[in-house]
Amino acid sequence: METVADFLAALRRGTLSARAAVDLALQRIAAADPALQAFLAVRADEARAQAARIDEQRAQGQDVGPLAGLPFGVKDVICERDHECTCCSKILKGYRPPYNATVIERLRAAGAIPIGRLNMDEFAMGSSTEHSAFQQTRNPWDTTCIPGGSSGGSAAAVAARMVPMTLGSDTGGSIRQPAALCGVTGLKPTYGRVSRYGLVAYASSLDQIGPLALSAEDVALVLPHLAGHDPQDTTSAALPVPDYCAGLSGDIRGLRVGVPKEYFVAGLDPEVRHAVQAAIARLSALGARVEEVSLPHTEYAIATYYVVATAEASSNLARYDGIHYGARAADTRNLLEVYTHTRRQFFGDEVIRRIMLGTYVLSAGYYDAYYLKALQVRTLIKRDFDAAFENVDVLVTPTSPTPAFKLGARTADPLQMYLADIFTVSVNLAGIPGLSIPCGFSEKGLPIGLQLLAKPFDEATLLKVGHAYQCATDYHTRRPANCTDLFDEETKE
Amino acid sequence: MAQYEAVIGLEVHVQLNTATKLFCRCRNHFGDPPNTNVCPVCLGLPGALPVVNQAAVAHAVKTGLLLNCTIAAFSKFDRKHYFYPDLPKAYQISQYDLPVCRAGWLEILLNEQPRRIGITRVHMEEDAGKLMHDEGGGGSVVDLNRTGTPLLEIVSEPELHSPDAAYAYLTTLKQLISYLGVSDCNMEEGSLRCDANVSVRPVGVTTLGTKVEIKNMNSFKGVHKALSYEIERQTKAVSAGQAIVQETRLFDTVQEKTVSMRSKEEAHDYRYFPDPDLAPMTFSAAQVEAVRATLPELPRARKERFAAQFALSDYDATLLTSERAMAEYFEATVQAGASGKAAANWIANNLLTALNAAHLTLAQCRITPAQLADMIALVESNAISSTNAKNDVFPVMFATGASPQAIVDEKGLRQVSDTTQIDAWVRAALEQNPAVMAALTSGKAKAAGTLVGAVMRLSQGKANPALVNARIAELTRAYLPPPPEPA
Amino acid sequence: MISHTDIAYLARLSRLAMSDADLAVFMPQLQQILAYIEQLRALDTTGIEPTAHVLPLRNVTRADDVGASLPQAAALQSAPQVGDGFFCVPAVIE
Repeated sequence: METVADFLAALRRGTLSARAAVDLALQRIAAADPALQAFLAVRADEARAQAARIDEQRAQGQDVGPLAGLPFGVKDVICERDHECTCCSKILKGYRPPYNATVIERLRAAGAIPIGRLNMDEFAMGSSTEHSAFQQTRNPWDTTCIPGGSSGGSAAAVAARMVPMTLGSDTGGSIRQPAALCGVTGLKPTYGRVSRYGLVAYASSLDQIGPLALSAEDVALVLPHLAGHDPQDTTSAALPVPDYCAGLSGDIRGLRVGVPKEYFVAGLDPEVRHAVQAAIARLSALGARVEEVSLPHTEYAIATYYVVATAEASSNLARYDGIHYGARAADTRNLLEVYTHTRRQFFGDEVIRRIMLGTYVLSAGYYDAYYLKALQVRTLIKRDFDAAFENVDVLVTPTSPTPAFKLGARTADPLQMYLADIFTVSVNLAGIPGLSIPCGFSEKGLPIGLQLLAKPFDEATLLKVGHAYQCATDYHTRRPANCTDLFDEETKE
Repeated sequence: MAQYEAVIGLEVHVQLNTATKLFCRCRNHFGDPPNTNVCPVCLGLPGALPVVNQAAVAHAVKTGLLLNCTIAAFSKFDRKHYFYPDLPKAYQISQYDLPVCRAGWLEILLNEQPRRIGITRVHMEEDAGKLMHDEGGGGSVVDLNRTGTPLLEIVSEPELHSPDAAYAYLTTLKQLISYLGVSDCNMEEGSLRCDANVSVRPVGVTTLGTKVEIKNMNSFKGVHKALSYEIERQTKAVSAGQAIVQETRLFDTVQEKTVSMRSKEEAHDYRYFPDPDLAPMTFSAAQVEAVRATLPELPRARKERFAAQFALSDYDATLLTSERAMAEYFEATVQAGASGKAAANWIANNLLTALNAAHLTLAQCRITPAQLADMIALVESNAISSTNAKNDVFPVMFATGASPQAIVDEKGLRQVSDTTQIDAWVRAALEQNPAVMAALTSGKAKAAGTLVGAVMRLSQGKANPALVNARIAELTRAYLPPPPEPA
Repeated sequence: MISHTDIAYLARLSRLAMSDADLAVFMPQLQQILAYIEQLRALDTTGIEPTAHVLPLRNVTRADDVGASLPQAAALQSAPQVGDGFFCVPAVIE
């Protein structure tokens, strides 16, 4: 009983009550999380009460929704009414939103049960979850390593089988990279596929909410209940949401797979290269037609990303000023000091770096040279993908150039940390969907992720390919060692 | 000494009277308890997103057409960043380089001569909240009810050269926008606000002098006074060879002068960039023409039509078209059957006087145009006298909203035009006035006129005055000595 | 190359109280990142339209219908300082 598919089947059959599903998750969190620190807060009573209501309604023959009883975790960047939402920043300590994000409304309407808040890099800025102001989440495969980021809590919680599904957010790789580093499946949907209403903005033109789970099938089960037009989000697309499960045939014969040559360059860890090439060979063996393609502007993606993302971030984070919500510095003598002390005291250094960088690229005299220039390069990057997708159905790349690194290994060098996003940021700049699935392990037993990319709004093809690959491989079913122990305990009971 | 001329440009902010705010569905309403017309969007809560109000966009386009602007084929919203407690996102959603409307003009009358003042641009933006300063000195408080109210910023070219011209510009702008019905344009309530840029230069020079921005003018008269003061101040300074400092000055409404803000803050760096949460807007020529077709008839055209169609004096036509509501009231009264002349007289003389005395607006008036037309019909058909109408019927209609027929019936005011009855009153009057009788028999025909008052008294004012005159002439003729035989 | 003055200006503009020691830490980091970003200048982007939105969205509006507002208590529930239904701030002197 670990996947969304397992849970939903048992819940629908009646062999598992919603209450039991919640208890199972709570039990696993209690067992695994003290060592991993994925959850910031767990709401046992409220989740049990919601589960009890679902069980009662189901007993009365009412329609309880397609995900009824499914427990899930929420990245601390998505608003839930009256539950503290800090984005792992001291500046939002104690902040309780008076409203639910649209994705929360939808999942709850489908019967899913939010069970707790998940750790992340402060305001989703980071690739290791080391920038959380509150705690350090560890990689379930090796607790001396980072889980990736910024959705590190979301990835670790799924990898350790604490909950079958979590929500993350992805602005430059923040779902896909931790999914890869924790050995789980994570989808960054097309920009506009899922409503951003209630997602605390980091970079509004890049941010998307997406699910992390144990398989492409699980993602396909959940995605319809996240996706779709939301009148409260102008940038959400008014397009129909397909039945993703219907496309999971396992048959990818004739599928055209592109391998962008710019993604297999120096700096790519040999073990990652090997695993990804093996995965490509596997797709070929499954009947896909593999060809090399070029995305010539790839080398400019990180520079472009860090201009666009920080510019928007400097704007989006201006509102945290100690006036209307959140923390306010003590001992200030005037309004200016309320602003400057609050922001200096309660923002972490990485956030401050990005605010200053973003302020710089938008400031008088620099706008054209940096911001406008980056928006033009963004056009070129998007065109690269448009051109590639004229000839292929999906692109296959590594998700991250290396497996998970050691805690603290890169915190001293911000630029080095940024460069780790090399394979993921282009996708956000172009707005296309990206799926990361496990495709192997390093010699030290750390997971390696394969990134699949498709045309805008073609999540169905990503999930179809991911599922076909997962039907032929078992990387996604392997558990970290401590989880295996936990599950053995459960079986003995 | 050189002669100087003033160069004035005005920035007018107009609050649109949409039902909801610009980017959220909170009520756009003045005067509620603090922080009650607010939601995650206008509070600037993390994660909330703006969605544009269609009506506000429509109002902006209409206003642009009213001001003879070009409507942008492509327009977008930008974020303007600054920190202030009444701005919860720390940026205002505004329009920077691609406003909805640009390059228009407004015609004003200056010394009875028409003049076109250029309109640089009209753009949409959200209003800020209200910051109030605690008189006790303990701190300041913020109410965000106003946050997100849709505003139009209307920027004029620096083509005004006197406080009178600025005053005429503002009154004309207010009249036109009120006519359009997109704003209440109430400067006292803040639904119309005005800042001015002023500089002076020697007459004949075409380059601009150093400009000063004036804020905090809260009435049109205040604008006039502030500009007069500032022009004099600058003229004196420049004449004395002093340089004008580019700065913002506040109008002190008590001392009636402008005062430097002495702000130490550095030059603004608003860091505008396109708001990624909002989609750009496009306006096709066909859409713009469709909106143009819905524009109301404007005061000048309407005045000319009224004068021609209803044979009204220039004065009456101007008065009746000064506000759209009044022009519509007048037309509705005519539509309901009244003659233009009578409707104009009743509205201009009686209705407006009564409204002013009661401190009411036309919208609050209880007399419907149809009722006014009915009352006029009663007068013109001689069913009631115009004196009764003025003194007995109209005041009751105004106070209660009752129909004129009901009032006439209830008070028994219906005019008597029955000759038998009138003859009886005339005879009774003659009997009561032997002196008149004597005068008549001695040949003084004019004495009959004094009977009119007596007849009206006997009839309690209900006798038809025209018939009374006719019957008195007829019945008194018998008492007069026969006219001399023709020679 | 971004200077000490530039960084101090950015700190003021973004309302961040920065000591000289802070600036000394952030300056080399920002210099390094900006030097990396400089590579964009090498790319000729003449005539390339900027992409501010990846989706070709236009004219997304809503009807002018009133919806629910928050109760005052909910609007103020996370504010650091409130009084009489208002957000409270230190005196703002103009």
